[in-house]
Amino acid sequence: MKLAVCVKRVPDMDVRFRIGADNVSVDEAGLKFDLNDFDAWAVEAALQLKDKNAGSEVTVISLGPDVVQETIRKALSMGADRGVHLKADKVPFDGFAIASALATELKTGSYDLILFGKLSPDSANGVVGQMVAEMLDLPCVTAISSLEIANGRGTAKRELEGAQEIVEFPLPAILTVDEGLNTARLPSLKGIMAAKKKPLESRPAQLPQPQLTVMRLELPPERKAGRIIGEGSAAVPELVKLLQTEAKVL
Amino acid sequence: MANVFAFVETRGTEVRKVGLEAVTAARMLADQTGGGEVHALILGPPGISGKASQLGQHGADVVIVVENPALTNYSPEVATATAAERIKSGGYRAAVFTTSAQGRDLAPRVAARLGVSTVTDVLSFEIQGDKIVVRHPMNIGKVIATISIAATPAVISMRPNVIAPAQNQKAGRVETAQPAVDPASTRVKVIETKQGSRDKLDLAEAPVVIAGGRGLKAAENFKLVEELASAFGNAAVGATRAVTDDGWRPHSDQIGQTGRLVSPELYIAVGISGAVQHLAGMRTSKTIVAINKDKEAPIFKVADYGIVGDVFDVVPALTDAVREAKKHH
Repeated sequence: MKLAVCVKRVPDMDVRFRIGADNVSVDEAGLKFDLNDFDAWAVEAALQLKDKNAGSEVTVISLGPDVVQETIRKALSMGADRGVHLKADKVPFDGFAIASALATELKTGSYDLILFGKLSPDSANGVVGQMVAEMLDLPCVTAISSLEIANGRGTAKRELEGAQEIVEFPLPAILTVDEGLNTARLPSLKGIMAAKKKPLESRPAQLPQPQLTVMRLELPPERKAGRIIGEGSAAVPELVKLLQTEAKVL
Repeated sequence: MANVFAFVETRGTEVRKVGLEAVTAARMLADQTGGGEVHALILGPPGISGKASQLGQHGADVVIVVENPALTNYSPEVATATAAERIKSGGYRAAVFTTSAQGRDLAPRVAARLGVSTVTDVLSFEIQGDKIVVRHPMNIGKVIATISIAATPAVISMRPNVIAPAQNQKAGRVETAQPAVDPASTRVKVIETKQGSRDKLDLAEAPVVIAGGRGLKAAENFKLVEELASAFGNAAVGATRAVTDDGWRPHSDQIGQTGRLVSPELYIAVGISGAVQHLAGMRTSKTIVAINKDKEAPIFKVADYGIVGDVFDVVPALTDAVREAKKHH
């Protein structure tokens, strides 16, 4: 199988973010960056298919400045075969622009399956996989939590409000990956060494004019400091009173 | 003056609350751009046309009804083609969707088909000159972006529960339409649907969310949380990632960075320490209550009201008290 996985380098979220001096970007000083979790699960899904289907090849694609090559190398060290870096000064906020550049790259690859994480936590739109699917006119299943491929067809599970669906789709197809599909493998030392020699091409991203402009970023107002009203079940009457009279939610 | 399109989500033959929120948001946009019409598209099985008047009450001038027995469940390909075709021919200034599981799937497909960008998880919007400007949470809600949309139509998906469905009686003139593609010919086929209870409130829509964490000690103890939810009557049950990873609850119940984002009126955290990953999914709740035995737990920093104590002591007492309080209403 020919498999492609589109990945993004994202900051660790377990920090207090600062807004950059330009007011439209997050200050990256001191932030730790890594492969997006959802994308790591997408890479893992591709690698599991490669393990089952001899002769398969996994291509990892990322759009952004030169540092995203580190993220591609991580996926290569997990076991992907080759990387494609679509070079851009920065990753635009506009998911349509990103999807357009990815679709331009992907359409020539004759991939059987193209995988995406369902969302990246930084820009948090969750639109790129579906948009690429439309641009390439491919069947698409979003937010999958199980996957089987056999005889040129796939079966996946996805969650909707109030229901779980098992869907069947023909290849080639595009999938976006939710949590629960798998646990991503960690790169082995051997994998890290091997990744250094794997091919990684870099070419300019074909980005269209963005239609979305970030005008301003700001930190949300802090919640007012929490208040402990008491201990044990003895505090329940006070809580109920506050929910009725102060919060007015009961 | 500009017309605005709204996609109305359904479940079976019922309109979901988020569907009414989408119509309300579209009404606001139409009024703010000089009083155009709101056209609401609703797809569903036979019987769904009976809901058109409900959409008129919330501000729809026209309700486009697509009834088909194959549309009991959401069909991405049919919904995408039908919505995109209507939006294209209708010349709308904006198209409003919902940031639900369905909406997250649908809105980007429709936008791409129209050749425009889209913003999901929209918290609020305003008109600035000829641009629609929206607020959108980034970095798990720790940063709020103000985004200007140059595209026409501006395709946006509202976060559930940020706009209350408002009464605003309009004609709700019904137009019937056909699915833009044959539901039997879609490439992706649903071969099995495991239907949850129709009565069960969805996490993103419920006005009250009770969530349980590791402090409950075992899967079976979630019945305490279920009972508290049933005492409220309008509550949904959620869980932390630790709990869904352990298989105590399904992944779809997970509230947090990698799971569901909720902003209910009232959020009660039961035996939840308050990891960053969890707070990301619930910090925009209006009122937060935390019950935890560790008074140093980070959840108490965001909780409006905290009770330090054993969940097995506090939760049953709270369940009884809520039942009692509800009785007197």
